[in-house]
Amino acid sequence: MTAKTLFEKVWERHEVVPETADTPAVLYIDLHLTHEVTSPQAFSVLRARGLKVRRPDRTLVTMDHSTPTDTAQIFGGVPIALESAAKQIRQLERNCAEFGLDLIGLKDDRRGIVHIIGPELGATQPGKTIVCGDSHTSTHGAFGALAFGIGTTEVGYVLATQCLLQRKPKTLAIEVAGRLAPGVAAKDLVLAIIGRIGVNGGTGHVIEYRGPAIEALSMDERMTLCNMSIEGGARAGMVAPDETTFAYLDGRPRAPQGEAWDRAVADWRTLRTDAGAAFDRTVQLDAGAIEPMITYGTNPGMVAPISGRVPERPGDAVFSRALAYMGLEPGEPLRDKPVQVVFIGSCTNARLSDLELAARVLRGRKVAAGVRALVVPGSQQVKREAEALGLDRIFVDAGAEWRESGCSMCLGMNGDTVDAGLYCVSTSNRNFEGRQGAGARTLLASPATAAAAAVRGRITDPREFIH
Amino acid sequence: MDPIRVIRSKTVVMPSTNIDTDQIIPARFLTTTTREGLGAALFADLRNDPDGSPRPDFVLNRPESRGCQVLVAGRNIGCGSSREHAPWALLDYGFRAVVSTEIADIFRSNSLKNGLLPVVVDETTHAWLLSHAGAEVEIDLASSTLKLPDGRAVTFPIEAFARYCLLNGVDELGYLLSKADEIAAYEARRA
Ligand code: SF4
Repeated sequence: MTAKTLFEKVWERHEVVPETADTPAVLYIDLHLTHEVTSPQAFSVLRARGLKVRRPDRTLVTMDHSTPTDTAQIFGGVPIALESAAKQIRQLERNCAEFGLDLIGLKDDRRGIVHIIGPELGATQPGKTIVCGDSHTSTHGAFGALAFGIGTTEVGYVLATQCLLQRKPKTLAIEVAGRLAPGVAAKDLVLAIIGRIGVNGGTGHVIEYRGPAIEALSMDERMTLCNMSIEGGARAGMVAPDETTFAYLDGRPRAPQGEAWDRAVADWRTLRTDAGAAFDRTVQLDAGAIEPMITYGTNPGMVAPISGRVPERPGDAVFSRALAYMGLEPGEPLRDKPVQVVFIGSCTNARLSDLELAARVLRGRKVAAGVRALVVPGSQQVKREAEALGLDRIFVDAGAEWRESGCSMCLGMNGDTVDAGLYCVSTSNRNFEGRQGAGARTLLASPATAAAAAVRGRITDPREFIH
Repeated sequence: MDPIRVIRSKTVVMPSTNIDTDQIIPARFLTTTTREGLGAALFADLRNDPDGSPRPDFVLNRPESRGCQVLVAGRNIGCGSSREHAPWALLDYGFRAVVSTEIADIFRSNSLKNGLLPVVVDETTHAWLLSHAGAEVEIDLASSTLKLPDGRAVTFPIEAFARYCLLNGVDELGYLLSKADEIAAYEARRA
């Protein structure tokens, strides 16, 4: 038997029709996550062609991108401020009713960012193929699933046939030795990886993150890591399932129960890359050498250690334009740069452990004068768990805003935006021009770094607070 | 979708690398529930000042760009968000092909599904195109070639089935639906 990678094992299990020179594979999709922004046009296609949703039981629908985070607009009967967003939400409700889909709707206590609730409900499982009309579907690869983002046309294909046409991608092993140092988070690790491979380094590849540093990560941390695979150009990133994975899933509502659980775990244990299996490429890193990281430019590959400086690249017009957008000078130190907004949230860093990390920094401290700090839990469940631990009090007492769950200021579709010219230290995943609002200047970092910036009002090494 | 065969057009050049889909169409335009009319939002924050007035120095606002169907962009165009609104906006605006040395995976797939041709060329050809904005090029899908005005032709890679569908106006969803028996058999086997 030839040695296979984790990716190859999952891929082969899902080939309905294998690929040939003339035709791509017909790949079966186990779980389809759907949300309000990238689905309306897909439902329209089904309607126009008289098609049904083939497997409502494999379709998990929620709303997160354009939803308000203001409690009164969700629970208090206050109309949704943004009319176009309200319309999109109503459209999803109508589409679900018409096509017979269960909807985790606006007031549902299971609602949240789609990539946070899939794992939380136990719907995300090892060995599954998972897709969503959203590029951060890569998050679910943390469980050893093959999970990737698709466009709206493909959302329609999956709704109608539960399948996609796919060419087999290449494989990239990212092997991380050692252990992360204290005060260094999974976010710092993934930013360091993107800094190393570049924003196009993973194009055409599925990443498998491997090695002792990866095995030591919690599920929350593995999700942060896999989440940003797309920021390195890879549609999917995977981690082999292990005891950490099984312990996370055990007892979750949609995970297998009883005997089915034992059978599932026995099967999941086989989902590891065999000794001697070949990857198309391999990149090696030492976790111990990684410092807290922060971006300074307009893509996530423009990143430096927090103690570092903005690089100098004379003659590079694109680089200069990015720095001009950011209002930064080549050679300038990053530390102590004043910031005006701090956003702690998104599918990258809004799980409970992320909020705990931020709270460790903010406990008993105040958000600096002139700084707006927004804490948006990734799901209503994260919100409840955080409140049970009193984290909401820590944030509110510090002077931060505590909101209902959603994508919020990660992409500013719901009205939570950063004004032009302001600096925002954000735990989200994209620092593209205009991502958080037209002219907004995003600095991506970990929850600890974001909280440290909130306290000081400046870019700050979180290790000043976390020892 | 109508079959695509040959595109002949002058080029518009945007040399920036890593033009992400947030730049192609900012998120605030994604609350739409249709795919029509998105050309107006194409590159909105680059094209217009915050007050909505067009920036005269932005390439699409120059008179010579009018009617151009081929966009030549710096390396790795289409990275980031999976929003299909990006190719929808480009097509609605009037583009029919995007040329670069590298095109991000999801954007490339979305483009093919909508008849926006993703054309990946070598560094030399790309450098020539970047320095000759407005050059008249011909893209022939059947032979997968891009012809420069001096007659030089380079071939570009394109997935065989996607090309077949584009050339013949065949719809991939129809093809997938024709596999219903195989899909049902697979489901029965896995159940
Ligand atoms: S939190 Fe941000 S990156 Fe994640 S799904 Fe929402 S918009 Fe996309």
